Amino acid sequence: MVAAGAFDELWGASRNRAPRAGFEALAAWLRDLPPAELDRRQQAAEAAFRSLGITFAVYGDEQAAERIIPFDIIPRIFTSGEWAALAAGLEQRVRAINAFLDDVYGERRILADGAIPADIVLGNAQYCAPCAGMRPPHGIHAHICGIDMVRTGPDDFWVLEDNARTPSGVSYMLENREAMLRLCPELFELLDVEPVDSYPELLRDTLHSVAPARAKGAVCVLLTPGHHNSAYYEHSFLADNMGIELVEGSDLEVDDDIVWMRTIDGPVRVDVIYRRIDDAFLDPLFFRPDSLLGVPGLLAAYLAGNVTLVNAPGTGIADDKAIYSYMPEIVRYYTGEEPKLRNVETWRCRERDALRYTLDHLEELVVKPVDGSGGYGMLVGPTAPRADLERFRAMLKAEPHRYIAQPTLALSTVPTFTERGVAPRHVDFRPFVLTGADGFRIVPGGLTRVALREGSLVVNSSQGGGTKDSFILSPTPQGG
Amino acid sequence: MHLSIHYTTAYHYEDPPRRIVQLLRVTPASFAGQSVLDWRIDVDCDAKLREHQDGYGNIVQMLYIDRPMSSLAVSVAGRVLTEDRAGIIQGLPHDLPPGVFIRPTPLTAPGPAIDRLARWTTRRAGPVLDKLHALATRLHSEFQFDTQATAVDTTAEQACDAGHGVCQDFAHVMIATVRRIGLPARYVSGHLFRRDGALVQEAGHAWAEAWIEDLGWTAFDPVNGICTDDAYVRVASGLDYRDAAPVAGARAGGGAEELKVEVRVDRAMRQAQAQSQN
Repeated sequence: MVAAGAFDELWGASRNRAPRAGFEALAAWLRDLPPAELDRRQQAAEAAFRSLGITFAVYGDEQAAERIIPFDIIPRIFTSGEWAALAAGLEQRVRAINAFLDDVYGERRILADGAIPADIVLGNAQYCAPCAGMRPPHGIHAHICGIDMVRTGPDDFWVLEDNARTPSGVSYMLENREAMLRLCPELFELLDVEPVDSYPELLRDTLHSVAPARAKGAVCVLLTPGHHNSAYYEHSFLADNMGIELVEGSDLEVDDDIVWMRTIDGPVRVDVIYRRIDDAFLDPLFFRPDSLLGVPGLLAAYLAGNVTLVNAPGTGIADDKAIYSYMPEIVRYYTGEEPKLRNVETWRCRERDALRYTLDHLEELVVKPVDGSGGYGMLVGPTAPRADLERFRAMLKAEPHRYIAQPTLALSTVPTFTERGVAPRHVDFRPFVLTGADGFRIVPGGLTRVALREGSLVVNSSQGGGTKDSFILSPTPQGG
Repeated sequence: MHLSIHYTTAYHYEDPPRRIVQLLRVTPASFAGQSVLDWRIDVDCDAKLREHQDGYGNIVQMLYIDRPMSSLAVSVAGRVLTEDRAGIIQGLPHDLPPGVFIRPTPLTAPGPAIDRLARWTTRRAGPVLDKLHALATRLHSEFQFDTQATAVDTTAEQACDAGHGVCQDFAHVMIATVRRIGLPARYVSGHLFRRDGALVQEAGHAWAEAWIEDLGWTAFDPVNGICTDDAYVRVASGLDYRDAAPVAGARAGGGAEELKVEVRVDRAMRQAQAQSQN
């Protein structure tokens, strides 16, 4: 029902008659590829992902503890102009996020000036009080951000969510491209696609750039919670591709406020830790005492400035959904510019009028918990069963501050392989923005997630979403 | 008051652990009404000590021992000059805005028992200060001090429901209740000079501070039902016990651990006299 009115990224509003400018080659490819061949390649892609072992543990699904995230071989395309505008907006937004983090853990000017309410920062469970006053090496807090974007029209891009903790998914961007190069090589003849394979190198350069000042040759490691974690494949993939060690908490020790990695050749001093474990588990002495994943004393090494944690502890305050609703103010406050990327209109249910509006229009809105992620615990009003609507109505009344509401956006669609042939399915997009001491690095690409169920707007892999390759076209088309 | 504090923590390990890392929040800061005259930490073996300040303003010492030890003794000693300021805390060298201390933590999340106590507190007569006094007094008179009933991870709600606990539990119940009625509150660890003559104690003390609009941070000791006075030495604070506990430790390997804590809080003059008589 939503798909009917949605903007299709290939066909625009033409209903499969004429592709949008710049998309003719993809349309022709799709038209000329026999359905049986498309099916064969789709099967081959699935087999390849299964054999690679790229799986995703689904929380709350004991039947299938691990399964592959479905991959769709019909790519999603951005023109070079679209990408240039997006990239400029992403850079501005991430610059503001880092300035915001540096401020709320430093002087707290934005709160003193009243640009945003103090209580949503200070009273937030994501505000890492023990870290207040600590300035990470080079003043960068969120080195890696994954910004979730959606599109509703040719020029209408919206930021849906900022992920400033430990955003995942970049390995899918890389593996999806590998699969596409292997299965659909002719597409790369037809289209001039920007490569994404430099991402591990860009990430490694970013990690090195933020090392604490010390003699040359910073040692970087990737700290994983271990192979039970749903993103373990990505951890080992990235460590491998960057040529850095993949470690668990038990491989690291802190002595005299210095982090050491235990190796068979003796201890090696560690300068930068790309950590893929949550703040609460980083250091059992400062945070959760029952954490076996972290390293005792790690926060002390960080407070001493002897190690850089990527991302810094406490960055969750920047991607909290209550804070999200103030991102336009935050961008203006720190950059002095108008935000280049738009926010989705957001009703903060902690405010009385917003709560009333939300309760009155529940059937039209998407309701999300402020501290949730992964699409868990959210309500999509237009498709929700009556029982869910009533359940959310009660929860909103009981704890309004825990929720925000947004309009149900008609997310753009992209042709997708389904059991009944190629059909439009809704997508979102997560590009990855790296911030180093020497500037921004944004690989031309990202993770496109697709809601595989007809009409569904929930793209999260934990909720039955799949992925697609995202092609960014080069500025100078081949054979121009 | 001129107080002298000797705080020793002695560990004995069945199997020596390969290494030990400890976080100590045992060093008080000076502020209005509390002057730290001297303070030192001694460790009975070859150890590295590194000092930090955390976001709360607590002085944090990291203790590192990188070889097997069958025992470890950390002794903390110093002298502090205190004044009775009716619990009002001013002039802390580093502090966070009170708005940080409004959120519940896992240890202080309210449940039905805290809700009941919060409603009772709200209904007391008079200004906020009087209501909080009533709360501290009620905890003092109705809660059982019981060193066996609760554990280090007992929550405020559990302790409130059961009606007993140690100073940590009293403090958590008070904090959870004050936050429930919408005021910032925080956990404080420190030392108490016992006027009843109990100079040697098995542990440090803990209490609560509440933010009252016109007074600022005001410290209540629900174990004794009073605002803190010159018998109290404030050492560390945070959202709950975990942020302000005197010691958090980790060790690599090693078997069972035996721990002996002794805190001796005395008037410095009397102790000097006692020593000169020996």
